[in-house]
This record gives sequence, structure tokens and C-alpha cells, in this order.
Amino acid sequence: MNDFLLKINGADVPVRAPGEETLLSVLRNRLHLTGTKYGCGEGQCGACTVLIDGVATRSCQARLATSTGVSITTIEGLEHGGLLGPVQQAFLDEGAFQCGYCTSGMILSATALLHDHPRPTDAQIVGYMDGNVCRCGTYPRITAAIHRASQLAVAGEKGGSGHAHE
Amino acid sequence: MPTSELMNDLLAEAAQQEVIGRLHRFQLDRRDLLKALGGGLLVSLAGGSALAQESGRRSGEHELPQDVSAWIHIGADGRVTVFTGKVEVGQNIRTSLAQLVAEELRVPFRAITMVMGDTDLTPWDMGTFGSRSTPTMGPQLRNMAVTARQMLMEAAAQRWSADASGLAAADGRVTDPKSGRSLAYGEITRGEKLERVVSGDPPFTPAIEWKIAGTAEPKVNGRDFVTGRHQYPSDIVRPEMVFGKVLRPAGFNATLVSADTAKAAKMDGVQVVRDGDFVGVTAADPWVAEQALAAIDAKWNVPQQISNRELFEYLKNNPENGGHERDDVEQATPAELQQAMAGADVKLEQNYTVAYIAHAPLEPRAAVAEWSGGRLTVWTGTQRPFGVREELAEAFRIPESRVRVIQPDMGSGYGGKHTGECAIEAARLAKAAGKPVKLVWTREEEFTWAYFRPAGWIEIRSGARRDGTIVAWEHHNYNSGPAAIASPYNVAHQVSQFHPTKYPLRQGSYRGLAATANHFARESHMDELAHAVDMGPLEFRLKNLTDERLRAVLEAAAEKFGWGHAKAAAGHGFGIAAGVDKGGHVAACAEVEVDGGGTVRVRRVVQAWESGAIVNPDGLRNQTMGAMVQALGGALFEAVQFENGRILNPHFAQYRVPRFKDMPEVEVVLLDRKDLPSAGAGETGIVAVAPAVGNAIFAATGKRVRSMPMAAGGELSS
Repeated sequence: MNDFLLKINGADVPVRAPGEETLLSVLRNRLHLTGTKYGCGEGQCGACTVLIDGVATRSCQARLATSTGVSITTIEGLEHGGLLGPVQQAFLDEGAFQCGYCTSGMILSATALLHDHPRPTDAQIVGYMDGNVCRCGTYPRITAAIHRASQLAVAGEKGGSGHAHE
Repeated sequence: MPTSELMNDLLAEAAQQEVIGRLHRFQLDRRDLLKALGGGLLVSLAGGSALAQESGRRSGEHELPQDVSAWIHIGADGRVTVFTGKVEVGQNIRTSLAQLVAEELRVPFRAITMVMGDTDLTPWDMGTFGSRSTPTMGPQLRNMAVTARQMLMEAAAQRWSADASGLAAADGRVTDPKSGRSLAYGEITRGEKLERVVSGDPPFTPAIEWKIAGTAEPKVNGRDFVTGRHQYPSDIVRPEMVFGKVLRPAGFNATLVSADTAKAAKMDGVQVVRDGDFVGVTAADPWVAEQALAAIDAKWNVPQQISNRELFEYLKNNPENGGHERDDVEQATPAELQQAMAGADVKLEQNYTVAYIAHAPLEPRAAVAEWSGGRLTVWTGTQRPFGVREELAEAFRIPESRVRVIQPDMGSGYGGKHTGECAIEAARLAKAAGKPVKLVWTREEEFTWAYFRPAGWIEIRSGARRDGTIVAWEHHNYNSGPAAIASPYNVAHQVSQFHPTKYPLRQGSYRGLAATANHFARESHMDELAHAVDMGPLEFRLKNLTDERLRAVLEAAAEKFGWGHAKAAAGHGFGIAAGVDKGGHVAACAEVEVDGGGTVRVRRVVQAWESGAIVNPDGLRNQTMGAMVQALGGALFEAVQFENGRILNPHFAQYRVPRFKDMPEVEVVLLDRKDLPSAGAGETGIVAVAPAVGNAIFAATGKRVRSMPMAAGGELSS
């Protein structure tokens, strides 16, 4: 057991744990940030996706010791002052989930995609999202939600007043 | 379908899912519950009602006052709480059932809270499977809601000395149009305890007049899913909770020879649990629990067992007793069948196979178990909380009254979470630890130690006249199951028979059960027969079909797809298939591309769906689309490989499920039959895609693939 300092959703978070423990386990089992999900533990399903310095990363493959000195964003960090982020809002508007277990990972992967490609093509969506499994089969709606989020984000920047609306 | 036939179907399905028996079970005193709820109006449904036979007690015992199958409570604040043993697993009944209650009760949708799948709070229920929530729990809840509304109107009439028939109920209020007086539901009950057990069948609001039901109400707690706030079973945390791990055998049917746990036992805070062949560990620290499990040196004796290569030979050659013909379709005698076949101009005989596949719910089995004062509480993901309670009571030899199972809305099931293995393991570890224990199965454990959709061998023999009239049809299913085995086409002489066999893997329920296998075989064979009599596949089906509902979805799918008008590009082919099961009518048209290397890509699928009056068109569209996408996996590449009691592909890297890159253009056509009762829609949407794709592969290549999956590894199977 060692002491580490993580930066999660903008806050400094001290953690005492073995350095080789996965970031996923630290988030879920030690910090109770359970919005990040375990799906396979092998980087094959994307349920555990978080952003590390803005890059979509499988937290089941990241080790605690190498997760310091970077900025970690989890699903809990996308809502600000009760306002949903554009990708969250778009998923809600499109009803882009069934059981919702893949949703956190999908939203974070899509957030990274939209950062790199604000107006993504369908091919770019497949390229960024293919590592995320939705066993309920809502892929067509997720694709629609990503396009909608792209529009929300652009509209939000133009309006300069955020993007939250019920 | 008459109720008795529905019950027969349900019992047959229950038998296949190992949940038969124990249909009579109820232990909760609703008076205690009412006390806990405070004042208000409580309406419950008598078990004797024909509607209540699948939930709560069955007929003959309805005189028992506690014999109810669901409750609705209206509090003094006007909040409506609905209690049902059904569970939400992503199929959206938390929303759609609430819409039905809001509709009949005349309250805003937001006034409803659903309490689901908690064995201490909700009435007994057999389980959430078989597409039964909408057609059975729906009417049960509507029944109580109508009665509650009538009671409130009567109470208001009494208060005002008015005639109840002159009053109106809307938006959570009773109003007297003459005087303009109005009371909110909560004000009418004044916190008094009002109770009534419903046994009649009051008139429902016709679907054509629906204002809340029938609309695209968004998922009720959708915001919790996009913020990560929703707590799934694997997210539950209890005070003092420790982490558990279970040692897995080296193969199925293995016996433990030895287990050296000394090293694990010395680790910080680790407790080793050994009970027969069960070995597990707990530790306060999640990392230490994993290390402790890895430190156990175990030796297992694994017997020789068959592999997937010998599977179909094995199924054919190992019959078990218990096969039966469908009694809802008249079965031809051997002599009749022979005679009919002799009169056929064209005869076909083909065999079809379906591999074992896995449910692979994205949330694996998970449970948090807590013992307190001799009582056991388990939070776990299951489609059968009352079944799991029974399993727990048996495992620990305690009365069910001392076991509570709570099912937080879970990360899906698809028929794969009927059983309580993980709950039992967590409870066993917690008993030893003296603290709450969380156990979450790994993906490999879920792929290995859960159960599978049964593999099957299917033989079909058919005969038709030159003009396309089917005269004889024989359908034999070995092991996979009897669901939807009877042909919906007009066949003068048919035999449809399910043959149980011995089987090598633990098998059980699955979305659609054997309806997928039986439709794949039948609808592939229909395509073959159409070609044999030189007719178009759609024309041939319609010639032999009088079921108006099935004709309607076939025609709707064909029209949307452009069947008969569009021409396939080189290397592309079109296929069509249809089917019916559990009141769901479905037809699919597929466009498939097969390149020179045999790589199969499904380019477009159009599916038409009809299941009576639509309760929530957005939820239904989502379910239908999801079923189509999931169907692609079993159609093209999903197959469990096994050898000597070991699963060879227990990871997502090896067991291929549909992903973004596999997505065709997907279109759904919903037919809303407001004149028909609402049927369930969670399952049957899966059955038509595989044969439509197979028929399209044939159209593209001239090659008939009669085995699911049809393109394991991405390329056309030989």
C-alpha cells in the first residue's frame, strides 16, 4: 500500500492502495465513484471508459501508479451545477440506452470523439466507438445521440450559455 | 388464445427454465405494509382473478385475504406507489407499466412510483420472462387502478352527497362538474386507511382513448443513467462491507482433489472459506482479495467431456424422455403425413443447427449479501427475485421469511439471470465473514459459470404442390426447445415435435428461447421450398398464409424495404422472413453483401412489428431495434466453443458480439393495433433476422447456410 494523489473531476483526491491496482478498482471500490462500470476487465467492452487528459482510456487497463499527474474525468464529472453536458443531454433526448450499463463508457468515449471531431462522420463514430459494447443493441440510437450532441455543443458555443435544457 | 393454453405455454416454458413448481407462494401480510405506508388507499388484486394466475396464487385459493398479486397505494399527499414483483432490466416496464396505471387512475405520469422486485415489499411473482409483463401485469395493474379511481369517486360522492356517476376524475382529482367542487385524491383519503381487494374485471379505458399510455413517455429515471447516479447491483455498498472471491473449478463437473489455502490465509485481513468443494476468500481490501484467491493452489479432477465439434452428433444420439408434440396445432398421424407427402410434387428434407450462445449481459452477476439478526438480505441482479429467495432459503436451510432479495434495476439479462448462484456464494462468504460481502463475477466467470442458450439440431421435411401449396410439413427440434415450433402457415398435415436430449453444457432461458432456432430452420426452409417451386419468397409465404396479423407485418416490411422493386447490386442479396410467438408478429427484410473472400456484411435490415396496442412507441421501437441488433450476433458469429468441460472463448476478445462496425442500416416499422390487447415485446423481435439474413446470403451467393452462426470468424461458414 502506498499513498497517491489523483486529480479526478477537477479535485485532488488522496488514495492509499497498491500502485499496481487498476484505476477502475480504485474508482469503484475505494472512492465509490461507481458510475464507471466493470464489464470485462480486459479492455474489450469499454464500460470502464474514463478520460485521462481528455483521451478515452479503459480504466481497467490503467494502473493507479501511472494515473497520477494527469487529469481524470469520470461520468460524475460531466454534470455542472445540475446542468448535463451536451453528450449526456443528447443520450437522454435520444433515449440512447436500455439497461444503461454501457452508457457511462459510451458517453465518455463520445466526449473524446467530439473533442477531436466536433462534426463527426458515421465512419469516425465507428472508429472511436467500436471498442464500446452495448449488448442491448442501441448502437443506432447512440450514433444519433452523438450527432445530436455535436449540434448541441455547436449551438451551446454560439449561444455561450451552456446546453442544459429539459 | 384461451387462458388455459396461455398457462400451458407458460408452464412449458417455466419447465424449460427450471422454475416450475412453487407457483403458490406468498408470505407478506399487507396490513404490515399499509402500516408502514401510513394512511391512504390500498387496492390489491385477488389471486382468483383470471388475470392474476401468473402472479400471486392461482385460482382456487382466492378466498385468502392476503392472496393478492400486486398493490397500488395512494398516499395522503396524492403520491401513487405501485408494487410489483416484476423487475426492470432495460426493457422499460418501469416506465410503460406506470403509464398504464396513470392512464386508468387518471393521474399525471409523474405521480407514480414503481416499487419492483423486492421480496419484502412486493407481492410474489414467478419472474420477469416470457414477454409476460405487458400482457399480464399490465391488465392486473389496470384492474386495480380502475377500482381505485372508482373508490375515490364513490368517496367523493359520499362526502358531497352527490351521485358518483355524475362525477369526473382527471389529473389526480375528482370533480363535480355541476357544482364545480373538486378534491385531490390525497384529500379524499384524508390519510384514512381504505382497503379493497379487487376480484372483478372492471372495464378498461380503450387504447383508442389513451392519453398517457400509448405515448412516447421517456424512460422514467433516464437522467440517473446518463449521470452514473443509478446504482446497479454491482454498485451497492454496505457499512463494513468486505470483498469476496470464489475459487472456480478447472472444468465442469470437476471434483476438488486438494486446495492449499495456507498462503492466502496469512494475508492481511483475509478469511478463507471452505465448505465441501466450495472455496472462497474475503478481504477488507479489494486488491488483497484478488491476491488471496490467486495464492490458492488447488488441484481438480476434471472428467473427459465432449467438445463443440461432436455437439450435434451427441444431441441426435442421446434422447431423453419427455418430448411432446404441440397440442395447440393438430398433429398429423404418420399415415396421414405419408399420404400427404405422396401427393407432393416437390419434396425437401434438410437439417439445421444452432450453436450454444451466451447472454453476455454487460453487467455480470453481482451480489451484496448481509446477515443481520438471523436474517439474510441480498442485493442482486436477477429476473426472479422470489426464485432466488427460494434458492437462498434452501441453501442455508432457513425459512423464506428470513430472506430478503432486492433487485436494483440491473445491467440487463436477456433471460440469462434467472438463477441465484452469485447471491448464494456472496451469502455463504458473508456468513463466514460476519460482515456484508460484495461478490462481482468476472467476465470469464460469467461466460463460464452462468448458463447458455441451448444448442439445437432441427430436421424439417416438407412437401408442396407445383402451384406452391404446402401439403405436408414435419419439424423436429432436438434439445433447443419447443417455442414457436408449430408452423404459422396453412399446412393441411403437419407434425412439430420437440425431442429433449442429454446435453453437455448448463443451459436455460434466453430472449426468445427456441423461437429463434425454430424460426431460423422454418423460414430458411420456406425459402428453399419457394425456390423449389419457382416462386418468389414473399409470394410463396403469402400464398400459404391466412393469419392477417402475420400477413400485415410481412407486407409492411416488404413495402418499407422496397421488396420486389429494388434490385440487388452485384455481390448483394435480399432475404425475407417472418414469424410469430407470444403475441408478437414480426417480419424482416435484409440486404446482405458477400465479397469474393466470403466476408459477410449485413447492409440493411427492415423489420415490421405488431404486438397489439402500443403502450410506449419509443420504448417499443428501442426494444425492437435492440432485438434486431442482438439477433445479428447469433445469426452471424456468436458461438460458445468448449472442450473437456472448459469454455475456450470466455472473453469478449474471442466471443464476438455485435459492435458499431457491424451495424447495418436498421429500420423499424411499428403497426399499432389499438383494437387488440398489448402483447409483450421483449423477445420475439429477435426471431426473424437470422433467417432473413440467411436467405439474403443465398440470394447473394447461391450458397445455403443452415447453421447458426452463419459467418463465424466473419466469413461464410462452410
